[in-house]
Formats: sequence, structure tokens, C-alpha cells
Amino acid sequence: MANVPENLQYSKDHEWLRVEGDTGTVGITDHAQNSLGDVVYVELPKVGETFAAHGTFGSVESVKAVSELYLPVGGEVTEVNESLQDEPEKVNTDPYGEGWMVRVRLADKGEVDGLLTAAEYEDYLKSEE
Amino acid sequence: MNQPKASPHITQNEALVFERSQPGRRGYMLPALDVEETPIDELLPAEFRRADDLEGVPELSEPDVVRHFTRISTWNYNIDLGLYPLGSCTMKYNSRLNERVARIAGFANLHPLASEEDAQGALEVMYELQEHLAEITGLPGVSLQPAAGAHGEMTGVMMIRAFLDKRDGERSAGRRVMLIPDSAHGTNPASAHLSGFTVKTIRSTSEGLTDLEHLRELCASGDVAGLMLTNPNTCGIFERNIQEICRIVHDAGGLVYMDGANMNALVGVARPGDMGVDVIHLNLHKTFSTPHGGGGPGSGPCCCTSELEPFLPVPRVVARGGEGGERSFALDSERPDSIGRVKAFYGNFGMHLRALAYILTHGRAGLREATEAAVLNARFIAVGLADTFDQPFTSPPMHEVLFTDRRQSRKGAHTLDIAKRLIDYGFHPMTIYFPLIVQGAMLIEPTESVGRAELQQFVDAMKEIAREAVENPDLVLGAPHTTRIGRLDEAAAARKPVLRWRPEEKAATA
Amino acid sequence: MRYIPNSPEERQEMLQTVGLGSAEELFDSIPADVILRAPLNVPEALSEVELLARFEEMAARNTAARRPSFLGAGAYSHYAPTVIDSLLQRSEFFTAYTPYQPEISQGTLQAIFEFQTLVCQLTGMDVANASMYDGSTAMAEAVLMAERVTRRSRVLVSAAVHPEYLHVAETYVAHAGIELVRADVDEATGRTRIDEGALDETVAAVVVQSPNFFGCVEDLKAEAERAHAAGALLVVVVTESASLGLLRSPGECGADVVVAEGQSFGVPLSYGGPYVGLFATREKFARQLPGRLVGVAYDKEGRRGFVLTLATREQHIRREKATSNICTNEGLIALAATIYMTTMGRKGLQEVAAQCAQKAAYARKQIAALEGFELPYSAPVFNEFVVRAPAPAEDLLRRLASERQLTGGLALSRFYAERPRDLLVCVTETNTRAEIDALVAGLKQVTAS
Repeated sequence: MANVPENLQYSKDHEWLRVEGDTGTVGITDHAQNSLGDVVYVELPKVGETFAAHGTFGSVESVKAVSELYLPVGGEVTEVNESLQDEPEKVNTDPYGEGWMVRVRLADKGEVDGLLTAAEYEDYLKSEE
Repeated sequence: MNQPKASPHITQNEALVFERSQPGRRGYMLPALDVEETPIDELLPAEFRRADDLEGVPELSEPDVVRHFTRISTWNYNIDLGLYPLGSCTMKYNSRLNERVARIAGFANLHPLASEEDAQGALEVMYELQEHLAEITGLPGVSLQPAAGAHGEMTGVMMIRAFLDKRDGERSAGRRVMLIPDSAHGTNPASAHLSGFTVKTIRSTSEGLTDLEHLRELCASGDVAGLMLTNPNTCGIFERNIQEICRIVHDAGGLVYMDGANMNALVGVARPGDMGVDVIHLNLHKTFSTPHGGGGPGSGPCCCTSELEPFLPVPRVVARGGEGGERSFALDSERPDSIGRVKAFYGNFGMHLRALAYILTHGRAGLREATEAAVLNARFIAVGLADTFDQPFTSPPMHEVLFTDRRQSRKGAHTLDIAKRLIDYGFHPMTIYFPLIVQGAMLIEPTESVGRAELQQFVDAMKEIAREAVENPDLVLGAPHTTRIGRLDEAAAARKPVLRWRPEEKAATA
Repeated sequence: MRYIPNSPEERQEMLQTVGLGSAEELFDSIPADVILRAPLNVPEALSEVELLARFEEMAARNTAARRPSFLGAGAYSHYAPTVIDSLLQRSEFFTAYTPYQPEISQGTLQAIFEFQTLVCQLTGMDVANASMYDGSTAMAEAVLMAERVTRRSRVLVSAAVHPEYLHVAETYVAHAGIELVRADVDEATGRTRIDEGALDETVAAVVVQSPNFFGCVEDLKAEAERAHAAGALLVVVVTESASLGLLRSPGECGADVVVAEGQSFGVPLSYGGPYVGLFATREKFARQLPGRLVGVAYDKEGRRGFVLTLATREQHIRREKATSNICTNEGLIALAATIYMTTMGRKGLQEVAAQCAQKAAYARKQIAALEGFELPYSAPVFNEFVVRAPAPAEDLLRRLASERQLTGGLALSRFYAERPRDLLVCVTETNTRAEIDALVAGLKQVTAS
């Protein structure tokens, strides 16, 4: 059973969002890293790039698959997790912690309300099985 | 480097050529320079010359070289050793006679820019091969220039683009969609993209066939340039609606491209041209037995209808004269509608020689006989394994048969494990996880080059592995057990790629 | 058919085993109206003896294959040690597939890793792939890669690049939204001339060949500086890879991508193919490389092996977003080149290059001294050079062939109508002094009368 922490927001693309003030931290869910397998490379944007909600901000690769990364909410990238360049395996070992990917300045906090709660995301995972 | 040994046997631990190198060893001897030597500074100022004395390039004697490559060669599986049942790869016997033909001095030593009158034999080889491929496919226009299957695809799709641009003028810009089934080989969408097309995916039906309703729906939008279809498809099933498929695409103003990877099921039995296909590429390194060489060279001729013929790459190989007079052969570049060149010179001529030798050795009867034998062998495996492995589709297979790991995976043994365990039984694994639409796919193509007893051994091995998967899954999960190295950590290799050797002291700091 | 193990009788029994009455029933899923009713119109089978006679007869009509030759221009006669073909004919190499199952393909994988390393060493680059079809398609892929890396859409291509390579690049970029812009040849030096203003922030790459099509060694360092100042990449094309044994490596000169034709490394001329394309670049562009890559990997016990790696760049995973559509490459020819580079080794590669340069210099001097002949270009050369003859080059070549049984080189009019009197002469270590002297004497004779 995939780990789905309570305090986060989720998208149907299997990204999570942690909101702190007007900053959001984004990564992929435990379910996503698990179905992808050993992550070997993460391609991330540059600080300062701006994306709309659902915009492709990068990609994550396993040995034999590539998944695009979609930003759950729109905003400007303020920080990227540079350590993933050397240790992409953090996405597997700690998807909600050291495996975070980008921080963004939220363009519209109202967009957060459109995301799934932990309970809703768990239901969504069940419905996908 | 201090590597753990694969076994104490020295042939199992052959180092890299760089690690084997000893200063002062040499494996060659050239004739002494027979002209007056010009001081090197007069020939070429020092700023244009290498200053590194090729440091790091190996220094080995001839026996060192021969032992090195002989030892590492023994770590390879190969067709001559046994069944190589990679689906959609057609690993058939590579005739030694064809190898001999390709090495005849009059071909091997012929420079590609020799004048046409000095290269008549080579041009005749190409012309005759073109004629036979046209007959085999039922498509009269042929270019031998593409160097591999994907290269032939790119060529064919570019021809479609050029045809539409000429036919529709500016309106052609409204036709930029290439339809590709979800079961297709990855080269198809990549080739379509190179020609400026957007890819739309067609669903397959539960029978493993192209979904005609979905095809009609996509064609109705009016922006379809064409369809890329493999037939028999990558599920090993003949698209029995092929004529209707071609009609739908043609009625929508598009053209049909056929990926000829699976022509080994059709040669001498049915022709793509008769089915409504407009352009096809063949893989001489599959159907016509030119050796795979551990990943090439290939050769991917394009065959097309007379409507598409003006768009073939240049130069074309043509015949002149004949009809009582002497026939001669020439290169013709005066084709204003051609897509241009896709390769320097004329294609992988050495492969053309081997393919022509293959066709002439088989003759008209032998070509069909090979097709029958190939399909029969696949059917034999299909029947032999029907009770043991899950078959996603019920249609009878052509030259390759598709199974899945559905029954075995419940106990933890997946397709990858089954494939690796097959190695312990002395067989090369089948194509795995392809086509992508079938979970845990195992695509088996025995070809005609294997006898009944060996087919039965393969069937028995697969059944035995299925039994092991239930009774002793660890045996399967840990396979292979008999090779000099075990499963390699591909994730670690991709995270910190080491793509070349470096001297140890430098490697430490790099 | 002797290549089919199962006899007709065995096949009949197998048909029964699978529940069929005849071979025709194997094809029941094919609509009846497209089943061939008559045999193919191809000849009856030939025996081995007949087949060899047929091919020997055709080979005999390739008269150019028997003559001493001074043809280069993208395909070169070099000495190929006997061990190369002997090792290539091992079943384990030539009848193996692409190494998808690493545990039983380590021979192929290790050889490719050695190939990649040797290509890096010779070109002076960081990473090289497992091969491309040939030099021309490698150059086209380099142009596409430059656009991916820089996201710029114009590429400045030297007019001294092999004309067929240029033609191939034009085909490849026709629908890629890339504009190829020509950089002319300086008529005094024979080198590429990059005009002021030709380079701006829209240019993705400068593509130059060295030695160029006219044999001239380019000033790569200066060209790299010009390209980099504009934020463009320098792509260096090498058609005569033997030159790498003598010339400063493109990597040391500042190239970002090096593509080359590897035919010079022990691969027969074979009327233009199969050859092998080399493709090397800087570490930072490794993930933008087209084609296959082999890397080091370890098993659970820590034993070193090799695997295909960074596969997510490739078509079988990324499909239409792949860095290239290439799948099958030139594996066996890359192996031939690997064996060549290993056998010749550190000293041999340099000796071959030195002999080529010396013999070409000897020939060039003699021909230039002939009445009416001149050398139009001042730049240094490696083993190829242009001479301007007092008469149409095509006529001279025809007479050399018929009267002296020599292939004297390439008439540049084949590619450039405006150069009727220019002859491109290539001299390698395989041309003896006697052959060179015969060429000089022949040129003298056919221009005197």
C-alpha cells in the first residue's frame, strides 16, 4: 500500500504539493516512484521559469521509462532540488522528503483547492487499480 | 583495476584492451616509406599536429589482439550456437556462401566514386536486387539507399510527405498527422517525427488487430497524411482487414506505409502491393538473412508504387539499352521530385550482395518454402506452449507467437525472470515487454532455420521454467545461474554513467 | 532448400501436430484475394557453384577494383590487417543480435565500450556512441543535436564539406525547421571562410570538415573561437579518419561535436558501404546523443560487465520524442574499426598517418611541377589535394584509365560544374612510389599530346 501523508495536496498526475505561505513544494508520490522503479535521472527546470497549472516542468527517468512532471499549480520556480542530479535515488527512498523536486511561488492560491486531499487521492488510487 | 573474478578461468576474465596494453608491443608492420621524407614541419605546422602521442591508445602484439577478441567473443550467444527466438528480429541462419560473395575482390575493392563504366558489375547487382524486391513486394519503385530499417522508415515517410506536398500544394500543411498503432515499434513514431508529422495513436482491438472504428474516426478529421502499419503486426497476427484499412486511409486522402520487419511471414505468399500498401521498407538483415553483426550493419530498402516512385532518394540505379542491344547500368540523379539523398553513396552495398545471393540461392520455390517453414515453426511453438502460457490473442500466429507471464507472475516470476532463466537452458531469450500494449509480453520468432527437435527442446524448457516458477521461484528469480556474470545493476549504471575507459589515476579524479 | 533443417516429410508431420492439413492453411488469416496464385517471378535456385560463377562474372566487370587508384573523397584505400576479417568471421560476433541480454552478450558490449573509448581518444572528446550508419548520417544527426542543445535554428555549414554529406543533411533537416546556411570556401587558402556577420545568436552550430573536401586542413581552433563567441557549437566532420593519427584532435581544438566516417579503419571500400559513423561529444551533452551507448555496470558479486545505458534517449522508450530514430547501427563495422585501432595501436595509427602525408606530399610536389598544372590552395593538406590541370579533368582521367590502367583521382566536375579542370588526388600508405611515378608520368603524357 502506497504511503499517502495527510498534510499534502495531490494531483491525478501523481504529484504532491506542500503549501507553506505562498510557496509550494512539489514532488512525486510514493505510488508514482514505486510504479516507475529505480529512478536514475531527474530533469528539472531553471530557477525563474514560470509554468501554468498542469504545465510540464521536467521529467523523471527510470532505466526503461520516462515520465513527464506536471506542476499541480501554476507559479514561478524559486528553488530546485540540485541534489537529485547526483542522487536521483532519493526520489525512491524519500519521495516526500529529500526527494522533493521544485519550490514555486504560487501564482494563484485558489488553484490549491482544486487538488485532491490525501483521502481523495487514496480513493483515486484504488479506483485506478 | 581490481575486479572480482567471474571464475578462475583466464578466458572468463579478459581485461579491456587498454588494461592489456604494454608499451613497445606492436601488432602491425608497414612497408618502409619509399619516397623521400619531407621534414614534418614543412608539411604541417606544429600547431596543427597532435602533441599527445596518442597516449592511452593500446599497444598490443598480434597474438594479444587475436586472443583478446577471441576470448571476449566466447561471451556472446549467436545464431550458429542455437535458436535465437527474438520476435520481430528474424534471426535466421547467415549463409557462409553469402559472406564469401561479399568478399569477392571485385566488389570489396571497388571505390564508390569509380566511374559507372568501371563499376558495371556492382550496378547490375543493385539493379537485379531492386527487380527482385519489386517482385517480392509487388511495389515497382525501389531504392536500396537506406542503411537500416529505421532509415528506410524515415525515407518512406519523407516520400509520403513529398507526395502530399506536390499533390496538395499549400493545402498539404493541413495534413500533418501520421497514424500509428499502439503496438508499433518505437522507430515508427520517431521516424514520423523526423518528417515533420504529429503522431496519433490507433488502438488495437481485443483480437490484437487495428481498430477499424478508431481508424475511421481519426481519418474523419481530414488531417491524416498516412498510416504506418506493420503486417503481420507485432502481435504476430496478420491484419486481415488490410485491404479495408488501406481503403479507409486512401479515401481520407492519406497513404499507407508498411513496416516490413515481419516480411518473413509473407515472401512468396502475399505481396504488400496487392493489399493496397503504397510504400514499405524491408530489412535485408531480417528477411534476407544478412548478418546482424551484434547490432548492424543493416539495410532497409524502400519499395513503393509507381505514383511514389519519383520521390525515391537519388541517385537511382537504372538500366539503359537492352532489347537486342547491350544493356548497361547507370546512376540517375535527375529526379526533381526526389526527397534527396539519405546517405552518402548508394547504401550498404555489402548487404545488397548478400541479399541477392540469398534470393538466388533460394530461387522462386525456396523463398516460399522458407516462409512456410518459418510460419510452421512458430505455429509448432504456439501449440506446444498453449496450455502453459497465457496467450493474449486467439488468432492463429504467423511467423511469431505472443505469450504473456500472466499465469507465472502470480507466483512472482515475471517475463524478465523467465527470459533470464531460459539462458540457463542454453537458449537466447525471446523479445520481452514488446509490444508495449501487452503486459509481460514474450514474443517468440523461431524462423525457418531451426529443426523440429530443437523446437521441442525449447518448448520443453519453457514448460520446465513454468513449473519452476511455481515450485521453486527463487531458481527463476535469480537466473541466470550459468553465465560468467549475473544480472547487472542497470540503475546504478544509468545514474553514474561510465561510458569510456580512463587511465586509473585519472579515473580516480574524474 | 538446404538452409531449412526440417525435411518436407518432417514438415508434413509437424503440420499434423498443429492440426493442419496443408501448408496453405498456415496462411488462412490472409484474405484469399491477396494470396499469390503463381510463383514469384524470380529465377530458379542456383547451386553454390553456379552462384559463385555468376557473382565472379559480375565482379569482373568492376574494372576499377583492379587498378591502382588515387580516389579518396570520402572512401579510402588503407591497409587492413588480416586479423580483422578473420575475427569478424567468428560466429559469436557476426551472427549475434544487438546486445539486449547483457549476460550473454558481453563480448559485443565490451568491444563497443572499447570502440567508444578509442573514438574518444582519437577525437579528443569525452563520450562517443556505439556508432551511426556512416559519416554522412552522423553529420546530419549532429546538426539535429545542435538544434536540440542550443534551441537555435540556423546552422552554418562549410561549402568545403563533402557534397554528398551536405545533400544528406539537407534531406534530414527538410522538415525539422532548421535552415542550413552556406559558408564559402576561401579561394586562396582552400579553407572555410566565415564572414563577419555570418554568426549571430540565431546560429546553433558551425559545421566544418577537416581535412575538408578539397584536402585542406582547417584552422579548427580559430573556427571554434568564432563559433563559441556567438554561443554556437562547433561540429567537426572527418571523412578521412586516418588523419586523426597526425592532426591535432578536434577536441583539443575546441570542437563540441565530432562526427567521422570510420571506413579508413580497416573497412573495405565495398562500393560505398557498409561503413561506420563515429559520433563523439562533450560530457555535458551525453544525454543529447543519438543512438546506443554502452556503460560499465556491476553484478551482485561486484563483477564488472557492460550494458546498454541511458536508453531513455532512444526511440524504443521515448518514441517520437527520442534523440534519433536510429535502432540498428553498424555494430560489426564498429568492431572492425576497433580491431583495426587496437592492432595498429598507438604507434601504427601514427605511422599510417605519417606515411599518407609523406606520400601525398611527394605526389603533390611532382604533379605541381608538371607543365600547366598548378595547386590552387595554400592551406596545408593531409593526404588529399586539388590540382588544377591544363585540360578538363574528366578527359585526363579517362585517358589515364585506358592508357595507363590507373584511376587518377576524382574530377571535381562530378560535384562542381564550375571546376572542370580540378582534380582531387588522394594518396595513402597503400600507394607505392612506382604507382605515384606512373600517375605523374601518365598526367604528363596525357597533357602533352
